[in-house]
Amino acid sequence: MANYETVEVSTDLLIVGGGFAACGAATEASYWAKKNGLKVTLVDKAALDRSGAVAMGLSAINQYVGVKDGDNTCEDYVRYVRQDLMGVSREDLVYNIARHVDSTVHLFEKWGLKIWTDEEGKYVHEGRWQLMINGESYKIIIAEAAKNAIADAGGEIYERVFIVEPVVENNKIVGAVGFSTREEKFYVFKAKAVICAMGGAVHVFRPRSVGEGFGRSWYPPFNTGSSAYFTIKAGAEMTCQEVRFIPVRFKDAYGPVGAWFLLFKSRAVSAEGGEYMAVRKDELNNWAPYGLAKPIPANLRNYLGMLDTDAGLGPLYMETHEAIANLAEQYKDDPKAFKKKMKELEAEAWEDFLDMTISQAHLWAAQNIKPEEQHSEIAACEPYFIGSHSGASGAWVSGPEDLDTPYKWGYANMTTVDGLFAAGDASGASSHKFSSGSHAEGRIAGKAAIKYIVEKGAEPQLDAAKVEELKTKILAPLDRYEEFKDFTTDPAVNPNYLLWRQFMDRLQKIMDEYAGGVTAAFKTSKALLERAMELFVFLKEDSEKLAAADVYSLERCWENIHRMWQGEAHIRTILFREETRWPGYYFRSDTPKMDNDNWLCFVNCKWDPASGEWELFKKDIWTMPGV
Amino acid sequence: MPSFVMVEKCDGCKGQDKTACMYICPNDLMVLDMEKMKAYNRDPSMCWECQCCVKICPQQAMDVRGYTDFIPLGASCVPLRGSQDIMWTVKFRDGSIKRFKFPIRTTEEGTADPLGGYATHDDLNSQALATEPASLGLDAVPTR
Repeated sequence: MANYETVEVSTDLLIVGGGFAACGAATEASYWAKKNGLKVTLVDKAALDRSGAVAMGLSAINQYVGVKDGDNTCEDYVRYVRQDLMGVSREDLVYNIARHVDSTVHLFEKWGLKIWTDEEGKYVHEGRWQLMINGESYKIIIAEAAKNAIADAGGEIYERVFIVEPVVENNKIVGAVGFSTREEKFYVFKAKAVICAMGGAVHVFRPRSVGEGFGRSWYPPFNTGSSAYFTIKAGAEMTCQEVRFIPVRFKDAYGPVGAWFLLFKSRAVSAEGGEYMAVRKDELNNWAPYGLAKPIPANLRNYLGMLDTDAGLGPLYMETHEAIANLAEQYKDDPKAFKKKMKELEAEAWEDFLDMTISQAHLWAAQNIKPEEQHSEIAACEPYFIGSHSGASGAWVSGPEDLDTPYKWGYANMTTVDGLFAAGDASGASSHKFSSGSHAEGRIAGKAAIKYIVEKGAEPQLDAAKVEELKTKILAPLDRYEEFKDFTTDPAVNPNYLLWRQFMDRLQKIMDEYAGGVTAAFKTSKALLERAMELFVFLKEDSEKLAAADVYSLERCWENIHRMWQGEAHIRTILFREETRWPGYYFRSDTPKMDNDNWLCFVNCKWDPASGEWELFKKDIWTMPGV
Repeated sequence: MPSFVMVEKCDGCKGQDKTACMYICPNDLMVLDMEKMKAYNRDPSMCWECQCCVKICPQQAMDVRGYTDFIPLGASCVPLRGSQDIMWTVKFRDGSIKRFKFPIRTTEEGTADPLGGYATHDDLNSQALATEPASLGLDAVPTR
């Protein structure tokens, strides 16, 4: 076996991940840990300064409720999420995040994030819930607070350690194992509680760009399904595994459209010039009541654009030049003010990209596009798994203790596995938390996990033989490569093993062609999904034949096994739900209508670690009384 | 290529065991070639073009050449990141240039106080997080 030293680390709370939810968890948990003499350890597969979905930066905060100024109530947010997700949301979780998110945003501002303010000192809104920021260093600032909190409480941060597997005994989490991506070290973390916050999943589906541009996914390629894998393998109940997310963005570079739609009031049109939201308005009747209420759910807006694309009316365009002209219109009689306003709008438009999707600025520059002069193409991206945006996939977690919710088994954000908590993209059915809400949810989980440890935290007992077995399994791709690499003149083609990229290509081909990816125009059916399941049997068997020449390849091997499990949970769940509820995310051609009588419910699933069997079942939706 | 390293400018971060770009890449793509003492991007097709490496490089030895799948040659977006601002030079394919400067933070690096100077409390059982309700700007955490 590869000669990796085993390093054991004992802690009270282990936080796995480094993005906004993990940083929120670390910041809050450290405060309570210090008061209770407990230790917090955070493990990140990258560098905390630039890890997670906000690595590049962001140009807006997408969740701010504004309770203190009476702008909105938490109940307003519950209604908003219910509407956008076609009635399927955990209203207790959404409410809980909504009531804490404003304090997260206020903390961000104290830490040094530049939130735009108007002449009266009030936040500048992009939309009802969205605030404009200068966010190039958003992640660095949030990581800085987390690092300072951990340091103050005497905790530890491990960077460049990739966590592969949870360790669970009798449905109680006792730790996690993984390896360093810098040294030949196998890590065993023993913990009384674990917070899973390893983000969503990208590259489960084949992206539109398959050459060098493969990496230009809208959500980052380093979101590899690790949260889903970790919670599924721990035996946790999962929810909304069918609710993937497909954003419509500027085509190919996937630059943000939020500012264009909300701030600049831009229209999106087909090549014929028709605004699909107006031309296809009647289609919304088929998705009542959600299609007829405002704001129109993201997936339905997608769907109307997709209908245009399917009808051959593409390309679709964002009418940027028209929007800018409209905004500057009021200054047209004052040339000086007009020039100033145009310059301001130009800077805002470019910063929107440069802060969070630099490739889009690059694409505009390379195509000589000046948004004030000409429109730009938009398109639906490939599907992603992202519980924090308008998708909903994640673990099924316990609701807040003070609310009268039926989904409650003790500690806020704890999964159905004792001591295992989830936040951000890792927790499901609490969509629209974005960066700020994920941080707030991390804080909620951080405090709850410390409370759990204080009240119930038992000394973790890890079975040494089991850990050794995991070590062998995790490092096996290195051994397999060494064993067989000299059989062929080119180690890339070998009948004894698969390399990670070859494996990933197969996974993506199945997902794309059978589970409603880009080339299938987001359509699937029972027959296609059942065929996908047949192909998955081979894929899963072949995942045990992955080989890795080095530790980088080993990391990629495991990331893709993580993706495969996310893919399987997804296929099983869309197969189970015999209706189409989110037509702009996926369309089941054999059950093309929404069926509120039978399917206005959650679909949850669970993989049993003892039997290796999956179970799928419905869960009732609890609607917040009077909301 | 996504990110690339200019041979002339890269000094391998002066022979330390890791370079700045290796340290920061969120997708673990940058590697130091120990023989040449130059860094390189080991898998351009997994690059997100986040430019974290470009921004952190002490020698300004890195840049991005847009994805060949869909970005025509000849343009660039070059950042110069300071402690308070970032300057961008956007060069178009037609040779025109735009420059932008945006603030990146309002406080000194390293000074973020996790509690933000807000009043805190000791009640592990309440719904109020460490700095709440003060950081909410309310008298109490909303409940129903």
